[in-house]
Amino acid sequence: MFERISRASISQEKIVLLIAVLLFCVFSVSLKGFVSSGNLLTLLRSVSTLGILGIGMAFLVLGRGIDLAIVAIYSASAGWTLHLANGGVSIWLAMVLGYLLALTAGVLSGVLVAYVEIPALFATLGMAAFVFGFVRYALVPLYVVYMPASGASIAWIGGGFVFGVPVPILFFALIAVLGFLFLRFTKPGRFIYAIGDNFAAARISGAPVRPIIILQYAISATIAYLAGIITATAVSAMDTDVANSSMIYDIILVVVLGGIGLSGGRGGIRNVIVGTLLIGILLNGMTIMDIEYTLQNVIRSLILLIAIVIDSIINPRDEQIAQQGDI
Amino acid sequence: MVAETLTRLRYRYVPDHLVGEVLGRRWMDNVIPVFLLVAVIAFLTGSIPNFLAAGNLADTSRQIGEFGLVVIGMTVVMLAGGIDLSVGSNFALANITALALINVAKWSVTASVAATLGVAGLVGLMNGLLIGYLRLRAFLTTLVTLTLIRAIVTFLLQQYQVQIASSDVDSEAWDFIGTGSVAGVPLSFAVLLVTAIAGHVILTRLRVGWRIMAVGGSRRSAYNAGIPVRRTVCLSYVVSGLLTGLAGTLYAARLSGAGPDTGLGLELAVVTAAVLGGNSVGGGRGSIGKAIVGAVIVSLLTNGVVRLGLQNGASAMVVGIVLLLAIAIDVRWNKWRGKLQAKVYVSPAYLALPPVPPIDSRSSSPYAMNDRLHDVEIIGLGEIDGPEDVILDEDDNLYCSVRQGDIIRFLAPDHKRREVYAHVGGRPLGMAFDKDGGLVVCIAGMGLYRVDSSRGIQKMTAETNRSRFSIIDDSRMRLADDLDIAADGKVYFSEATIRYGFEEWVVDSVEGRGNGRIIRYDPATGTTRTVLRHLLFANGICMAHDNRSLLFAETWGCRVSRYWLEGPKKGATEIVIANLPGYPDNINRGSRGAYWVALAGTRTPTYDLAMTMPAFRRRMARRVAGDEWMFPNVNTGCVVRFDESGRILESLWDLKGRNHPAITSMREHRGHLYLGGVTNNRIGRIGIPDADPEWTGPASYWGDRR
Repeated sequence: MFERISRASISQEKIVLLIAVLLFCVFSVSLKGFVSSGNLLTLLRSVSTLGILGIGMAFLVLGRGIDLAIVAIYSASAGWTLHLANGGVSIWLAMVLGYLLALTAGVLSGVLVAYVEIPALFATLGMAAFVFGFVRYALVPLYVVYMPASGASIAWIGGGFVFGVPVPILFFALIAVLGFLFLRFTKPGRFIYAIGDNFAAARISGAPVRPIIILQYAISATIAYLAGIITATAVSAMDTDVANSSMIYDIILVVVLGGIGLSGGRGGIRNVIVGTLLIGILLNGMTIMDIEYTLQNVIRSLILLIAIVIDSIINPRDEQIAQQGDI
Repeated sequence: MVAETLTRLRYRYVPDHLVGEVLGRRWMDNVIPVFLLVAVIAFLTGSIPNFLAAGNLADTSRQIGEFGLVVIGMTVVMLAGGIDLSVGSNFALANITALALINVAKWSVTASVAATLGVAGLVGLMNGLLIGYLRLRAFLTTLVTLTLIRAIVTFLLQQYQVQIASSDVDSEAWDFIGTGSVAGVPLSFAVLLVTAIAGHVILTRLRVGWRIMAVGGSRRSAYNAGIPVRRTVCLSYVVSGLLTGLAGTLYAARLSGAGPDTGLGLELAVVTAAVLGGNSVGGGRGSIGKAIVGAVIVSLLTNGVVRLGLQNGASAMVVGIVLLLAIAIDVRWNKWRGKLQAKVYVSPAYLALPPVPPIDSRSSSPYAMNDRLHDVEIIGLGEIDGPEDVILDEDDNLYCSVRQGDIIRFLAPDHKRREVYAHVGGRPLGMAFDKDGGLVVCIAGMGLYRVDSSRGIQKMTAETNRSRFSIIDDSRMRLADDLDIAADGKVYFSEATIRYGFEEWVVDSVEGRGNGRIIRYDPATGTTRTVLRHLLFANGICMAHDNRSLLFAETWGCRVSRYWLEGPKKGATEIVIANLPGYPDNINRGSRGAYWVALAGTRTPTYDLAMTMPAFRRRMARRVAGDEWMFPNVNTGCVVRFDESGRILESLWDLKGRNHPAITSMREHRGHLYLGGVTNNRIGRIGIPDADPEWTGPASYWGDRR
């Protein structure tokens, strides 16, 4: 039984990888300039933020949770950092305050899920609206916040290069490695899998499920803040309205597409990377082909739809053990 | 003495039991939302001048109308156990479709509206096919359709936005949809009211509505009950799509404008409204009324935030907070209410029993213990499980009602051969033969049933008149216990308690309140009426030999009373035996004008004392696990024979308790007594020396009338 499932989940990852490789080959042949090293770095760089956020989301999904507030935290905390720096606060203090905001929001989500026992979907949906609304109402009155001059000292985070490789890609790699090590070799990492596999069993076995859930949200908020700073320094601005965009769906797409089951407990960082690569290749190819942005959206949505259909066929919901009210 | 009187008065007049009953009612779900609604209206009226002015109200009510329609759609989906996040995009799609058809394509109003509803319904159908038939997860699937439809709307906007804005529609019908009123009520609001009433009727009265509720309540059980789960789920999304389309059409007619922010974030507000009204996330619990309350609260709040002049972002913040609060309350309320109700439902009352008569074997009391049941003849040992009542027909066949929901028959003459006479289901208890040889049975959990002589089973009654101010629905019968049939054919039967089912009958003993009643069913007219209320576990019922009165036993009251059916005392109740030494169960006629009553257990001084200390028992019920509670002794019982005046003639005990520890029924038949027990695995038969050897029950009741 276990063998069958693990083989099945590997096969989804393999399918996605295969599609990515195929697309890569097709684009290399058919699209001019696709395979150049400049374009490949651009491709990776363009999806590195998405990939980083995907890893943050993966921490939740592996534990059978979800964090719909990740984009709101990402944009609001980075936006507030820039806004503070614009107002004369030193950039480092601004970053600390911005991170505290992100962490508070994450921990609050965790408390709502773990202790108040609100289903993660609703807790984070509400938190997303609240974080965006609160920051726009009380902290950042503008839609788009620009990078102040004092931000030059951190501009390398999003804009620098090391040996010709853009720093965001390196951050993506670093977080991927750290995330892999955490999930594979630390106790809390194993507990996340245990919770995702069977919450009740993990709890009965003595796993500190509630603190672990809070830890998951704290990690995802931390990663969201880092991604926010990378974006802000890369484009020298932060658009707080991105919280209302379809970005959250892209993140879920990356996670699910790579083969991490939404029912939790299966998959790993590798799956996020595979999913990110496919999306990166697809977006890059469509952009080179000059497909209209709205149409790109439609295509992406359709791919996500197909991905969750495949997911539900390969990892079908078990009606016998599915909880009532698990939507 | 004074303290005791005070205790008695306090427990007679303070209705503790209502707390648990109120908590069990579904309408309790509405209390918090309605309270919130009143608070919101009060706050906004206080802080915004002219908030309730007519002009403003008309405008607000149109918004509520459109919003409410979407909330009703969402509620239907949620009741079926899903969620539909695509409503925001679908709303925008309906809006632009209607405008494009009317303004640009110049279709007629009817055709445009129909086409718009069709498009929105198709979106719902797509969701329904994916979630219902392909069994995708509702949340993610509708999230994706949300982006998909939004992308399509953006695409359509690029094509038609300018043309829509620059064209003008000259149609009275279209204007009427946008700004018209029906009898002074703005059209949108009127549509909402009609939809709400229709929706309520469908959900609570029609099969399709019940199916939706069943699927949301328990998907697996619904499937096992044969409900087409997939089709029902699919249907709920189609309904949501259609209602969203209707709302989008009304919106289009009212504002005649399409923009990128139409319907943006609407799904969040709609979910908030549905949950805030008290509809449960995950299905099974909710109603259209709750949806309307939630819709009004959220509309007023978002409207109020704008009118209070708060900055951009405040609205999202308020909706976020309200959503979190609403779901937190919903989750905690569900969790706490069950626990709280379990704690407070058992509400003991004061009950002082008269002194116990002596039962010592050396005393001269008629109750003196003996071992006369030592030598019973055993029938069906180990073949039957809990013969609560036993009865014999004219041909000496022996019937008993057992735990599996069967009436078992042991065939005459030796009662060795056994057969299932009828499978009636439930927990059959008391039995009696009617004039035509039909066996009338009280079935716990079901009501009063009749097995005719050809073994056909008919329901006689399962419902009586509801008492006017009862909180729990006492029109249904939870624990019909024993019955007897008057000479005119009317069936009198007891319901032991209206607060507990059969599996919890013993918990009623901890209460010691009059929860039982006697009900009369008249087969001639088919009417059912409650005759006597507030009885202490009404149990055995027996028509007096002259058929002018009936005798009934109250188990926790340890007494037998007489209720006059005719004569000068008609309608009056008088006590026949005031202080039995144990807990009486069934009463039956015996020969030579006597009666038999079974005592299921013996009174103990401790429990009698506990019955005068309700606070003690309440503490016990709240703090101690159920299996550690103090219950009355039902391990040792006896059979008592008494005459018309209530004088005790003799009693039969089983001192070793091997064959008949607790006796719940007995029947005299041709000089023998047959004994049954609700927890026993056998029927006993013993000869009664001074009984009339020719006397039988059926002959005593119907001998001269057949």
